[in-house]
Amino acid sequence: MSDLNSLTYSSSPAPNKSYEGDGFPNGRSLQAATLPLQNDLITLAQAGDHQAFAELYSLHKRRVYSLCLRMVGNVAAAEDLTQEAFLQLHRKIGTFRGEASFSTWLHRIAVNVVLMDLRKKGLQASSLDEAMEPDADSQRPGRSFGAADLTLSGTIDRLALQRAIADLPAGYRLMFVLHDIEGFEHNEIASMVGCSIGTSKSQLHKARMKLRDALRLHPEQEKRR
Amino acid sequence: MNKMNNVLSCARFQAQLPELIGSGEGAGGHLHLQNCTNCRALISDLQSIADAARRLFPVEDPPDELWEEIQMAIDEERADAHPG
Repeated sequence: MSDLNSLTYSSSPAPNKSYEGDGFPNGRSLQAATLPLQNDLITLAQAGDHQAFAELYSLHKRRVYSLCLRMVGNVAAAEDLTQEAFLQLHRKIGTFRGEASFSTWLHRIAVNVVLMDLRKKGLQASSLDEAMEPDADSQRPGRSFGAADLTLSGTIDRLALQRAIADLPAGYRLMFVLHDIEGFEHNEIASMVGCSIGTSKSQLHKARMKLRDALRLHPEQEKRR
Repeated sequence: MNKMNNVLSCARFQAQLPELIGSGEGAGGHLHLQNCTNCRALISDLQSIADAARRLFPVEDPPDELWEEIQMAIDEERADAHPG
């Protein structure tokens, strides 16, 4: 990286390598030696070094793209959202002060981009607050008392699960994707989404219960689709 | 009466689940689960769903062309900000 400043922007392909972001629990830590490097990259990018920005893109593109893909379930839309997230990062990187980890801060940007997109499309969430608190009556997950015969049996059908996740209210889906799939801790999610840790936990629980209900109650319906 | 006690016990256990599943320790060692097949099945289902969901969308890189598009968009924004 010693020659970062000597590289020109117009000839700066994003390096073809992919690291995991810092602070990711699912086998996803940046190498210890990479974190100081990332700090240097942030400083350089904040000063307008576009090669440094390209390196930051390479470090984080995978997780941001995966988050978008898992939230919207569509490759083209995920690419658009990833592009928008990194454009916003480019606009805002000068405001990063290191209060949160860089990856949490970047994911906060990506989460807001995804939710804004859902709002534009009128899908389920008109605001982050609403996404976090869907209509209490219609979205209340079922409880499971004395219903051992209604448990899931055998392998979970991929398509049925994919459909059930897609059908979750945006706020529930977000918590499920961030915690159960991406592997973030509740304190990270709370910081990322701007909610309390308790909200993160309860929304995740409701999401899981709704998924279970969807997969348990409608197996025949799913098979017919 | 036993059935009612079980239901109340399940209700209490399931009310704690949001805390238990976020504690890092999980709910697996909870006393209630030793005698409740229903709640054991629930926990097993929730774990199976989470495991299956992780396998559903493997982490992957975006296409290489995406960076070129981002670079172009950044160029356009810079040109708009500094015309001429």
